[in-house]
Amino acid sequence: MFKLIKSVIVLIALVTTSAFADGHKLKVGMITTLSGGGSGLGIDVRDGFMLAIRNNDNIEVIIEDDQRKPDIAVQLADKMIQSEKVDVLTGIIWSNLAMAVVPAAVNQGKFYLSPNAGPSALAGKGCHKNYFNVAWQNDNLHEAAGGHANSSGFKNTFILAPNYPAGKDALTGFKRYFKGELAGEIYTKLGQKDYSVEIAQIRASNADSVFFFLPGGMGIGFMKQYAQSGIDTPVVGPAFSFDQGILKAVGTAALGVKNTSQWSKDLDNNANKIFVTEFKKEFGRLPSLYASQGYDTGNLLISAMKKSSVKDADAFRQAIRAANFESTRGSFKFSSNHHPIQDIYVREVVKEGEVLTNKIVSIGLKDHSNAYVDQCSM
Amino acid sequence: MTFELCVEQLLNGFQFGFMLFLMSAGLTLIFGVMGLINLAHGSFYMIGAFSAAAVSAALGSFWFSLLASLIFASIAGVIVEIVIIRRLYDRDHLDQVLATFALILLFSESVRWIFGAYPLYLDVPDILSGSLQIIGGIYYSKYRLFIILVGLLLAIFLFFLIGKTNLGVQIRAGQHDREMISALGVDISKLYTFLFGLGAALAGLAGALVGTIQSVEVGMGEPVLILAFVVIVIGGIGSIKGAFMASLIVGCVDTMGRFLVPWILMSLTDPSTAMSIGSAIASMLIYVLMAIVLIVKPTGFFGKGLT
Amino acid sequence: MIPERSINVVCISSLLIFSLASHYIGEPYFVTLATRIAIFAMAAIGLNLVLGFGNLISFGHAAFFGFGGYVSGILATHAFNLEPILDWPVIFIGTSDSIVIWIFTIALCSVFALVIGFFCLRTSGVYFIMITLAFAQMLYYFAISWPSYGGEDGLSLYIRSSFLNIDTMNGISFFMICFFWLILSLYLTSRIIHSPFGLALRASRHNLDRVKSVGITPFRIQLVAFIISGVITGVAGSLYADLNRFVSPSLLSWQMSGELIVFIIIGGVGRIYGPLIGAIFFVTFEQIFGSYTDHWQVFLGLLIIVTVLFARGGLIGFLSGSRANE
Repeated sequence: MFKLIKSVIVLIALVTTSAFADGHKLKVGMITTLSGGGSGLGIDVRDGFMLAIRNNDNIEVIIEDDQRKPDIAVQLADKMIQSEKVDVLTGIIWSNLAMAVVPAAVNQGKFYLSPNAGPSALAGKGCHKNYFNVAWQNDNLHEAAGGHANSSGFKNTFILAPNYPAGKDALTGFKRYFKGELAGEIYTKLGQKDYSVEIAQIRASNADSVFFFLPGGMGIGFMKQYAQSGIDTPVVGPAFSFDQGILKAVGTAALGVKNTSQWSKDLDNNANKIFVTEFKKEFGRLPSLYASQGYDTGNLLISAMKKSSVKDADAFRQAIRAANFESTRGSFKFSSNHHPIQDIYVREVVKEGEVLTNKIVSIGLKDHSNAYVDQCSM
Repeated sequence: MTFELCVEQLLNGFQFGFMLFLMSAGLTLIFGVMGLINLAHGSFYMIGAFSAAAVSAALGSFWFSLLASLIFASIAGVIVEIVIIRRLYDRDHLDQVLATFALILLFSESVRWIFGAYPLYLDVPDILSGSLQIIGGIYYSKYRLFIILVGLLLAIFLFFLIGKTNLGVQIRAGQHDREMISALGVDISKLYTFLFGLGAALAGLAGALVGTIQSVEVGMGEPVLILAFVVIVIGGIGSIKGAFMASLIVGCVDTMGRFLVPWILMSLTDPSTAMSIGSAIASMLIYVLMAIVLIVKPTGFFGKGLT
Repeated sequence: MIPERSINVVCISSLLIFSLASHYIGEPYFVTLATRIAIFAMAAIGLNLVLGFGNLISFGHAAFFGFGGYVSGILATHAFNLEPILDWPVIFIGTSDSIVIWIFTIALCSVFALVIGFFCLRTSGVYFIMITLAFAQMLYYFAISWPSYGGEDGLSLYIRSSFLNIDTMNGISFFMICFFWLILSLYLTSRIIHSPFGLALRASRHNLDRVKSVGITPFRIQLVAFIISGVITGVAGSLYADLNRFVSPSLLSWQMSGELIVFIIIGGVGRIYGPLIGAIFFVTFEQIFGSYTDHWQVFLGLLIIVTVLFARGGLIGFLSGSRANE
């Protein structure tokens, strides 16, 4: 009986592989968050990615929902590698899930293209030839915020972030570039929604500016309460709390706030114009930062497939490293540890008609790489 | 650290405490009278916030949105009570925990299905925005003062309802002896439905009030639910008075802990480490408080050893 | 109606056959799923000892699951990085030998359960539910903000611990190890339940006064049961860390505690095989419905409610037509 089943499966496998034999076919496994908290980000990455590859018959995508649980993500990665035999993995949103999945996957010879998370461990000592980050190294946007604080002449900044690794990286990243003094430094509870205590401390601190990294619902709460408090000290933050998906919920409290991002809807290049128009047409909403990252990941993959088959791992890796695709961000290169070298912009939240969105006001850091290049021996 | 800052933080503690009271009052009444553990109480908080956001988006009025949160949360409460909860009163706690845990899954995922995965918007009305000078250099957010006021009024209303009205007699009778109130000729199933609806309405209102300055998103109810349970356990299950006191204590301990623990540690070590360790200790503080209270007094402040 | 014993035999053997069959037809993911079922079942079997037989509803057993996971994770990480855990009084660099890890897990979990149980068992009823939750929450927040072992990012282990000469990275071998533990914990529970100790534990559930009057201290009985329970769940956590080669605070979350309770009640409270059947059902449901819709939790919620309302005694009770065996 087992022999029969086994031979049937072998037969199916033979048929499918022979069908895929011509041209550079490729199978992608996408593990991302589609249900539960934070699923908005995963949905955007998926939609952006699928938009990029929609006319490409050579790519087969298998999408699975990790429910934002690291253990589920690990098991899905095993499934994709062992059962589905994918060539490339992508999709993970959260650093803690990436840390659980990526090292094992790349060590098994798979490629991993990160459309969002860029933990420092994977950029420094834990870098790997098959791991590419298409979004940013986690510290990047915070570093740009530090640079922006300098150029705005801030001397005394109050900084806060949740008490978990990405939060600590954020404050470290900001401090790496910020040259002024700190009026205060606060770690908040992860998932905290009420910031009355912290806002009172900001008020009492006489800071001339505030930097915060509070992703998701945490940032919504902070911005609304900050606006209510009547403190007029300017706020700077990374794009996560001011992105398209979340701006509607923050409301007018976000108007005029400066935030740092490697992408913006109004970036003036051809790829981005096409992306924004097509995304709106396809999904009926404005694209977010995450959607642009998913889209770029898809296009990067296509560009590599044109040059080489994934079966020739070395050539395929070279093709990815060349990053020969039109990014929605304009110029895009990989550094030696396979993270983007790109411009990080300062955006301002504005109102276009009735819709809150962002427009670019300046460049925060030009051709910015990351601080972990030297730690990576690759 | 200044005197003004301490006063402001204390007010923050009270505001948080009153918020918790709105959540825990319903929870403790439902437990005290019907003997039901309701994990889905946080879902009414979420339903209140989402219906408020939907009405606010449609009509643009903050006051209507508060009303909507009361109405929709109580309707949801009544329906859930009639269809599911009333079959659980004479079951053991385990069945209640499981069924209401399942209700959380059902409500959260349904709300996500209807409203999508991104948070919704609710904002403070103009009349309550900005802050008020209380005395001297002490400024405090008008909206937070409003929350304190609403919480205080509802606390008075609940004490009046339970202490002075006919309904209150029935509720108190129900806490002591369930057979007795049916012997008194009270339609017990109506009383239960009413109480459940009232608890849901209070939770819904809390959700709308807090959602306005925080975020309206799926899963917002569960952290508050856990805190509300901490409150009713410290206060003694079934006791409104206990819930009131414990709400304020938990609110102040949590708020002052977040503020003072890192500040104290700052004198021992460098600021960055102090903040990080201090914040870790602060987030564990109310659970430590609860464990200590239960170890010293295993049925909370005003509990009667109900099991 | 099917006799309960047959249901049990069918369940345990189908898990074994399913994983072997998946292995032979080359579907390693299904072997992983079977392993996950075995581990979740074992964790819930531990909880069932106090919850099902002692009526002590612990809403904090994720604390033991995660604690066991972290014990093995920390030992293995230090062994992998060659950084000593202890410099004094002896140099100890951790270990990646499963047997040593299990011994450590068992020892540390019993101490941990002794401490928690000592405080929690002074309360009863709902207060017990909440104080166990409180301890689990304390540990959860501690793990999130404790930087040495990854905080919220968790701890990656890269390879599984070694066990004798078996290749633990091979899915089916690792399944067999977990399956062995599952059988062992089923056997152990069964022996405990039918021993005089088990009788006293079950009696303490119904009539405290009567137990006291025959000269048994319920507190001691309950404490010992709580420790055994914590150890079984802790070893399951250690295996789960090995399965995923990863530990994180999510293992300590209150949702995890809730899921363990769900397994028990779906299967049937106070039945030795209840948690196994619950875990099989839960994972199968998640896999099948999860592939059709992202909103599968709506249907899971509905199904649990129907089970609670109309299938008292869980799936076993429903299939066998019997109430829990007292």
